[in-house]
Amino acid sequence: MMKKISLLKVVTIATLLIASLPFMQVPKVQAFSNQVIQRGAVGEDVIELQSRLAYIGFFHGKIDGVFGWKTYWALRNFQYEFGLPIDGLAGAATKAKLLKTTKYTKGTSTTKGAAKKTTGKASAVNIPKGFSQNDIQLMANAVHGESRGEPYIGQVAVASVILNRVNSSSFPNTVSGVIFEPGAFTAVADGQIWLTPNETSKKAVIDAINGWDPTGNALYYFNPATATSKWIWSRPQIKRIGKHIFCK
Amino acid sequence: MIRGLLIGVLALGVIGTGYWGYQEHQEKNAILLNAENNYQRAFHGLTYQMDVLHDKIGATLAMNSRHSLSPSLAEVWRITSDAHNAVGQLPLTLLPFNKTEEFLANIGNFSYRTAVRDLDKEPLTDKEYSTLKTLYKQSGNIQSELRKVQHMVLKNNLRWMDVELALASGKEKTDNTIIDGFKTVEKTVNGFDETDFGPTFANLQKKDENFKHVKGKPISRAEAIQIAQKYMKLDGNSKVKVTKSGKGSDYGFYSVSIKNQKTGQEGSMDLTKKGGHPIWFINHRDVKKQSISLHDAMMRAQAFLKNTGYKELELFESTQYDNIGVFNFVTNKNGIRIYPEAIKMKVALDNGDIIGVSAEDYLKSLPTRKIGKPAITMEQARKKINSNLKVMEDRQAVIVNDINKEVLCYEFLGTIKDDTYRIFINAQNGKEEEVEKIKDSETVYEDVL
Repeated sequence: MMKKISLLKVVTIATLLIASLPFMQVPKVQAFSNQVIQRGAVGEDVIELQSRLAYIGFFHGKIDGVFGWKTYWALRNFQYEFGLPIDGLAGAATKAKLLKTTKYTKGTSTTKGAAKKTTGKASAVNIPKGFSQNDIQLMANAVHGESRGEPYIGQVAVASVILNRVNSSSFPNTVSGVIFEPGAFTAVADGQIWLTPNETSKKAVIDAINGWDPTGNALYYFNPATATSKWIWSRPQIKRIGKHIFCK
Repeated sequence: MIRGLLIGVLALGVIGTGYWGYQEHQEKNAILLNAENNYQRAFHGLTYQMDVLHDKIGATLAMNSRHSLSPSLAEVWRITSDAHNAVGQLPLTLLPFNKTEEFLANIGNFSYRTAVRDLDKEPLTDKEYSTLKTLYKQSGNIQSELRKVQHMVLKNNLRWMDVELALASGKEKTDNTIIDGFKTVEKTVNGFDETDFGPTFANLQKKDENFKHVKGKPISRAEAIQIAQKYMKLDGNSKVKVTKSGKGSDYGFYSVSIKNQKTGQEGSMDLTKKGGHPIWFINHRDVKKQSISLHDAMMRAQAFLKNTGYKELELFESTQYDNIGVFNFVTNKNGIRIYPEAIKMKVALDNGDIIGVSAEDYLKSLPTRKIGKPAITMEQARKKINSNLKVMEDRQAVIVNDINKEVLCYEFLGTIKDDTYRIFINAQNGKEEEVEKIKDSETVYEDVL
């Protein structure tokens, strides 16, 4: 009987100990992973870099986990002050110097004594020049409505056509102007544009904005199986991607 | 008793349904009207703006001095932009209405270009003056055609919703005034397609170089596949498809697609027929967890470019989107950055594979350019910029300016408070060619909601 109870005790205590393990971790002093951090990078290392630069007073922006221009100048100033080669890259020597001169605990950022909680995840995103997240969202909506079910290239192509139209003198000069031009896109006319787009269409839009144009500068496209307008067939055709024919 | 009750209930039901139907009908009408109103607003806006435009160009012509035209040309520019916007809102996409839009764009470009020029030093040439006169006449013609349409619309109470229905169904009624009217407008513009906008206008077409300057012999399909293989690995499971460009393309190209039957991965690529230069390449796949840094990815992209024969390229921008690194390389010739010659690369950050290349800009701006000697020094240029700017970097660079001309500039990268600016000063005349505020990352709004 005694034996049985003690066995039970041992098991219970052991279980409790194991269960409480995750809560007992001591806050660990974080050090960078061994990557060279360069402008444009996103992630935990960037949060640490920004926090450390903020700690020592070089970085005044928001600690958002995206290595932008503010972080870049802060880093270069740091390198200048500490006699390191000024290249704007957080390499081994720079990181070692940062570790020596600053403090950083994961999950908090200290700016002149005041500790703040951070999530450890980037709270901002890189956005192609001249566009906002909303523009991209709107385009992704249109691309999804128009070409879901098409191959990826076909989706990049539809996004490219929207952008080519923005650049063309024959069409409105804004993304929303092009998309909402009455009758221009069937997906807008029948409301399919308001379906929730998936990540793929967003990626396709970003590719198109960044300069990938699989269409050869097309301004129109149509699905030969469903096209009702005779006029569209008179446009000079450039190529076919998936179900769509792209034309000038 | 029960019968009476039943009749009562049914009668109530009928009345209720009738009421509901009436409400629905009212709602539908309200929405239709709303849409109709939008079209009407755009249409009447357009005719109004064409009126003003015509008058403004007229006033410009009437001005005695050729030197003080700038403000009124700027006004013309603003109005064309408004009119252009209004055209875009009309349901005319099923009607080929491009010529009119192009006409507006051309007036806009002409007036902008002359408005921003220092007319004291460079007054309007005789040719530009006569262009202005022709534009005046043409806008007059369009205006009168549009007025006719407007008159008919008002007189007969025509609705744009009906026009749209007529266009969509392909059944044009014989008396469809709006469609016929706009067709006439379009024809009017077509008639003077060949307006001479002067020699400077040729530059606008510069972008459509169609790879004229690309060198090399025409390649065969087999060669196209061979080149594509440098970008996409072939193995026993691959299915290769090559198609030629359609007749409508301005330049010849091959589209190569290589599909791996086993993994379902598909790489696609377009190559110029002449010389077999890759225009773009995308290998779409799910990119898994990041395992290499953006910096390592950049090194790989750089090495790849070197191995494929692109010389003198330097990194200009690096950006991480989720687990993909996007890099923008530009030519650097003897310390001068040639911004129009840009190549973009996409690298997967899970294993470092090159998953995208875009060389379209690079190939299109390849003409052998002559980079002149700067007429002013870096120091002189520096004095032209806002004294609040703390300059961090400077160099020489070639850019395409707002009138589509390539110019040699001094580039200054600097900060005012927390914002970073890129400023280009023309190295010949010290003109501020471009001032750009560089946008940093954008906060994710999800947390706010």
